[in-house]
Amino acid sequence: MKKYDKLVKNAAGRIVPSEVNGKPVIPFKGIGKHRPTGHKYAPPIVSSLDFPADGNKVVSSLSEALKKCGIKDGMTISTHHHLRNGDLMSNKVFEIAHEQGMKNLVWFPSASFPCNEPIIEYLEDGTINRIEGSMNGPLGRFCSEGKMKGTAVLRSHGGRYQALQDGEVHIDIAVIAAPTSDPFGNANAIYGPSACGVLGYALGDYQFADKVIVVTDNLIKFPCVPMQIEGNYVDYVVVVDKIGIPEKIVSGTTKITKSPDRLFIAEMTAKFCDKTEILKDGCTIQSGAGGTSLAIGVYLHKLLKQRNWKARFGFGGSTKYMVNMLEDGCLDYILDAQAFDLDAVRSIRENPNHQDVSIFHAYDFHSKGNYTTMMDIMILGATEVDVNFNGNVVTHSDGYLLHGIGGWQNCLHAKCTILPIPLFRDRIPVIKDKVTTLCGPGELIDVIITERGIAINPRRTDLIEKLKDSDLPIKSIYELKDEAEKICGKPAKPKLSDEIVAIIKWVDGTVIDAVHKVEK
Amino acid sequence: MKYNKKIASAGNKGKGIRSDCFVTIELIENKGLDIQLESKVKVLYGDSIIALTKNILNFFNIKNAKVLIEDKGALDFIIAARIEAAVKQLIDTDKEYVYELIEENKYKTEKDRNRFTRLYLPGNTPSLMINAGIHKPDGVILDLEDAVAPDKKAEAQILVRNTLCRLNFYEAERMVRINQIPKGLYDLDYIIPYNTNLVLIPKCESSAQVHQVNEQIKKIKDKKNIKNSIWLMPIIESCLGVVKSYEIASAADNVVALVIGLEDYTADLGTKRTNHGDESFYARCQIVNSCKAAGIQAIDSVFSDISDMEALKENVLRSKALGFDGMGCIHPRQIKVVYENFAPDAQEIEKAKKIVNAFLEAKKMGLGVVSLGTKMIDPPIVKRAQKIIDMAINMNKLSKNWREENEEI
Repeated sequence: MKKYDKLVKNAAGRIVPSEVNGKPVIPFKGIGKHRPTGHKYAPPIVSSLDFPADGNKVVSSLSEALKKCGIKDGMTISTHHHLRNGDLMSNKVFEIAHEQGMKNLVWFPSASFPCNEPIIEYLEDGTINRIEGSMNGPLGRFCSEGKMKGTAVLRSHGGRYQALQDGEVHIDIAVIAAPTSDPFGNANAIYGPSACGVLGYALGDYQFADKVIVVTDNLIKFPCVPMQIEGNYVDYVVVVDKIGIPEKIVSGTTKITKSPDRLFIAEMTAKFCDKTEILKDGCTIQSGAGGTSLAIGVYLHKLLKQRNWKARFGFGGSTKYMVNMLEDGCLDYILDAQAFDLDAVRSIRENPNHQDVSIFHAYDFHSKGNYTTMMDIMILGATEVDVNFNGNVVTHSDGYLLHGIGGWQNCLHAKCTILPIPLFRDRIPVIKDKVTTLCGPGELIDVIITERGIAINPRRTDLIEKLKDSDLPIKSIYELKDEAEKICGKPAKPKLSDEIVAIIKWVDGTVIDAVHKVEK
Repeated sequence: MKYNKKIASAGNKGKGIRSDCFVTIELIENKGLDIQLESKVKVLYGDSIIALTKNILNFFNIKNAKVLIEDKGALDFIIAARIEAAVKQLIDTDKEYVYELIEENKYKTEKDRNRFTRLYLPGNTPSLMINAGIHKPDGVILDLEDAVAPDKKAEAQILVRNTLCRLNFYEAERMVRINQIPKGLYDLDYIIPYNTNLVLIPKCESSAQVHQVNEQIKKIKDKKNIKNSIWLMPIIESCLGVVKSYEIASAADNVVALVIGLEDYTADLGTKRTNHGDESFYARCQIVNSCKAAGIQAIDSVFSDISDMEALKENVLRSKALGFDGMGCIHPRQIKVVYENFAPDAQEIEKAKKIVNAFLEAKKMGLGVVSLGTKMIDPPIVKRAQKIIDMAINMNKLSKNWREENEEI
């Protein structure tokens, strides 16, 4: 049985539903083509008189707080993912909702992790209807097999904030785990046993939710400074024993890859940045926390140092390698939405040039400009790309949904977007005729760097021209695809059903693609 | 059907195994082929793996069997090698399921090409082989000897054979280290017909061993009608080998280099290997001397600490100063360090250019004596300078037309 019959072909040529979970949605119209007008959504008006004059909003338990917030069937409850794979609160919220007999809730996380596997139980028993947010590991598998009642909606970090501002998503209750808080609800993430550095992904949650609960395991006296979250947005404060498992929240140390093949790709990427002169004095860099990305950062750092150059700012996900660059004088500022290791948390606490920012600054479609468009060098990953440079980050080539979008779509808008990826992973070629799931249009992806050659998007004639006499192995994307298939063999297509289990939103809120159920 | 045993397996499995598979075959009665595949790439390659398996079993005339393939993303020639290895434990057969050599693998190598870096690849570990060529070593060594466990020798022979046919090493010289003679002579059947460029003879102690290898190679070449040269690189790993090094170096025209293997040599000497290498100083000098006397290359032992690139660099510089022409690598990250430090540096190239220029000028003017400034230059110095120039051109450190370009300036 098909879940959807109202299907349309969007501007990217993908067949998508025009109605999802009973609400109409807009098919992707092309990059920059969708410009919503009107006014932003606003939460209900409250009066300060209705809140305790002594500033003490502490209630006895999370269960009580949820009741006081008026939890009921069908509500949307949000959580953030700054506690990463050490998060104890998201599961707890739904455990309580389950005990309270709630049905058909919508979980609206800023991302999920393998630690959220217990949520499957509540999806199965009807406590939760669907997840609107990124899905990792077990949840993605569950969804791919068509077991989720509602249709999942995947958005980028920026797209999540956009949906809140549009009013496309309405959060009934936001539960914000905070490593340190005062009774008024002022909170931050730089102190306390579960310190995770920043709380930027919870921004939309407290700004737009009807009700906001702060949960902490480190309650201090008013005022809690710095106020990464301002208590004036907060309805209730709950104290628990533990909001997270520290060693799983941030890695003690992030490590660069030891794989000689990945290091090879990293070195080639740094060389590419150098030869194209996108690496220059005063440039701006964003690179993730994966092993290869970290290695690229280290190589770029080395080049900057050799030439006595300084990058103006790096956008984090920050790690000790980025902090090293800052402390070594090769980087003026880190603007940070996410701290990945303890050195990064320390740096945010101590270094005024390590500034916490949010998705509003970097990724938001409805803000008056984005930092990402200013980035000279943007290093991203992908599970697949295709011969038109389209990218996929959510499904694997076998059709399973196993990753979230994160900030990936938002980051594509940088001046030069580079995807350093191995040409094949355990026999699976990374370059396809057509990506299994379209997450980013090829117009925005400039370069694919593999261990067997570099493919530059033909639209980037400037980069092609710069490298025409270089010794870098420049090939066409078709040559690279053929090379991989010669080694691995041509892969068969996965068998996917007509049934749609998830949709992928573009940064502007339109539907760029749909994910289909995997036939077992 | 006559069989040796009813159930056999080949390949690797377990945690950390990638790009490989573990194949178990059980001969059964009258029920046809029952092939089970467990693979993370099943959706994408499952049908082709099953078809390949049927094809190979048919080839070996196995009609009734239960087969389990536990696959971790192995390429098809690797799966084929594992199936064949399991089959050959079950039945006696002379048949071989051989792939054709891909076009890219048909290149020859010159006797005196650069051999600064040679990357050792364990002969039964596919994951380390697949990307070896991208790191651009001068040579890759598919190792059938010490890197393969004794009970895995037979399956490694088949894997190495298939690898030689199918895997592109991007112009690296294709070398195989066979087992010690006489056992190693049986390895030759699996490698000589598949465009092996060079054979390493481990623990070599006499010219007779070199002759034995050459005779066996000749037999195979005659049988398979192979014309190209196959180079030899004996490895000297004992006190006796060091003493006999000149005899070995000059044993045959196709010996292109001697390698010194210091782990075994120091054990034979009854001492421990150190970073400064005092204990092997004599042996290293002796090897270099024998090689140069025989007009071939001298290759130094591998450096075993793969994390310490500074120590490796020092080791390479010391090695170069002693007269060695290259060094083995046991990790791809070592290649760049070894290569860059063996290669002539800018100062050496500048000096060599001056010497060669002076020589050519003198020749043009009909002078018998070459001088540079106030110094007389002997023919061997010119020869050495020319060698550096050739090397620099070879490594793209100098243009082929460096003299003309100089004149233009």
